[in-house]
Amino acid sequence: MSQESQAALEADLGLSRRNRRGFKIYARRYARDKRAMFGLVVLILFVLAAGYTQIAELDAKWDIGIVSNIPYDPQIQGYELLEGPTLGHPFGTDNLGRDVLSRLISGARVSMIVGLFGLTMAGLVGIPLGVLAAYYGGWVDMIVMRYIDIQWAFPNFIIAVMLVGIFGLGLQNVIFAIFLAYIDDFARVIRGMVLAIKEEDYILASRALGVTDARLMIKHIFPNALPPVIVLSSVFFAAAILLESGLTFLGLGVSPLTPTWGSVLNDARPFFSSAWWLATFPGLVIMMVVLSTNFVGDALRDLNDVREYDSSVTGA
Amino acid sequence: MVGNEGDPANIEKIKNRLGLNRPIPVQYFFYLKSIVKLDLGDSIYLRLPVLDQIKTAIPRSLSLAFVSFVIAILIGIPAGIISATRRYSIWDHGATLIAFLGLAMPGFWLGVLLILVFGVWLGLLPVFGYMPLFDKDGVHFWAWFSRLILPAIATGTGSAAILARQTRSAMLETLSQDYIRTAYAKGLQERVVIWRHAFRNSLIPVITVMGIILALLLNGVVIIEVVFAINGLGRLLVNSILGRDYPIVQGVILLTAVLFILANFIVDILYAFVNPRIRYTD
Repeated sequence: MSQESQAALEADLGLSRRNRRGFKIYARRYARDKRAMFGLVVLILFVLAAGYTQIAELDAKWDIGIVSNIPYDPQIQGYELLEGPTLGHPFGTDNLGRDVLSRLISGARVSMIVGLFGLTMAGLVGIPLGVLAAYYGGWVDMIVMRYIDIQWAFPNFIIAVMLVGIFGLGLQNVIFAIFLAYIDDFARVIRGMVLAIKEEDYILASRALGVTDARLMIKHIFPNALPPVIVLSSVFFAAAILLESGLTFLGLGVSPLTPTWGSVLNDARPFFSSAWWLATFPGLVIMMVVLSTNFVGDALRDLNDVREYDSSVTGA
Repeated sequence: MVGNEGDPANIEKIKNRLGLNRPIPVQYFFYLKSIVKLDLGDSIYLRLPVLDQIKTAIPRSLSLAFVSFVIAILIGIPAGIISATRRYSIWDHGATLIAFLGLAMPGFWLGVLLILVFGVWLGLLPVFGYMPLFDKDGVHFWAWFSRLILPAIATGTGSAAILARQTRSAMLETLSQDYIRTAYAKGLQERVVIWRHAFRNSLIPVITVMGIILALLLNGVVIIEVVFAINGLGRLLVNSILGRDYPIVQGVILLTAVLFILANFIVDILYAFVNPRIRYTD
């Protein structure tokens, strides 16, 4: 190994060691926040619920037998109609004798997919739009901003309702609706960040070194503008889950046969007066996940607050 | 309108009647022309002008939005002030917890719970429908209000939570200013300091979130009207989407956008009203 690459390797290792130490400080500070830890636990449960079928398959394949004891088939109809919470059905059964817990576990997948895919796509379009608009300014900025203004005139929920109205029901269309509804939010947030970063001295210095526009945007501006956007995506994620459950509650979401958090609540509407568990548990699940996402987002925002970070490291 | 196996001649006739054979730009021009004349077309299903249906729906939605807004302000702002003036007290922690729950709670679920508790278990309030505030017999405040209070709570809670959080942080910021210390130092009562000196200066950041709150109210109105069976704009919109009555969908969405922009415009004017330092002419 040549000396040069050895040095590069060491530099690399040093960097990663420093990163690991930084991560440990992060993790320790995060763990001190009780609300954040609560949120993390709930979100892990949420992810496990969303991946239930895959986990159950692995469970059966490796013959572990932990998960297979939990009741799971959102569509199977038993003979216990509208039965309150029991050991066999912890969240009770609905009017067709289906286990509510199983239907909610199954609904977690839809919420997760819609939130994750919709927002990822929105980010992939909105973030470059915002960076380009802020970086180049002028007519590029004007066009992007006019588009954002137009979308800003419609609340996200109305946009989603409108798109489902045009394209019809279905998982893909709901994802598409979330995608379009959140493009402007991503673009606006990152645009503001880039406008501030663009004026920094190090950008001027890089430009003086002859760094190309593309490299400047991708390597120098984008990474520095990203953290607040990541934190905000947690807010968007919570909002997207509420949006999806609202849509399916109205019957404007994914196909009516797929159990989702909104549709479980909606299907149960005629039976609320006799079956309180149908009215409470689906909403409780939505609330817990949204609440936890907000807690985690708040904690991440606090961690990213540079001033606070410095003072805790130096002990000042 | 003619079914899956409709007579081609009929299809052609309908296309001609609706002007669907003309080029898209021409169609768009005629659409714009009728918008200017406030003609939103006819409902496909009911064969009635869209505008008439929207006209009957508007008072219901506006009533709901208005009562929700009042509830959000009456709960959110006092809660934020109490949180800020008694920071870290049990009141502050309680208000913070409730605000977090209020933000995370889907409005339609809260609506369902309210129906269950106040309508079904306690039987205190009517849980569906709408009664006009005025008619030729006079004013029916209670009939109007009793039907709106539960849906308005369901719609307004999220906004109240945002307002409470925003008021709290704005008040804390203001209370740490020097002129507040001066006000205390010259022996003013706490009540006077808080209301006359601190609160009025905290209003600007609070008004900033009004735009978000308006959006929340609009969203809420759409869903909550369905939950409480109020035949307002939201229920009209949802039913038209499910029934594929596109002229109504178009009309309601257009109106929503106009209302939203108008409301944001009013918020902008309020800014200048509350803070004389803001001037829009440069």
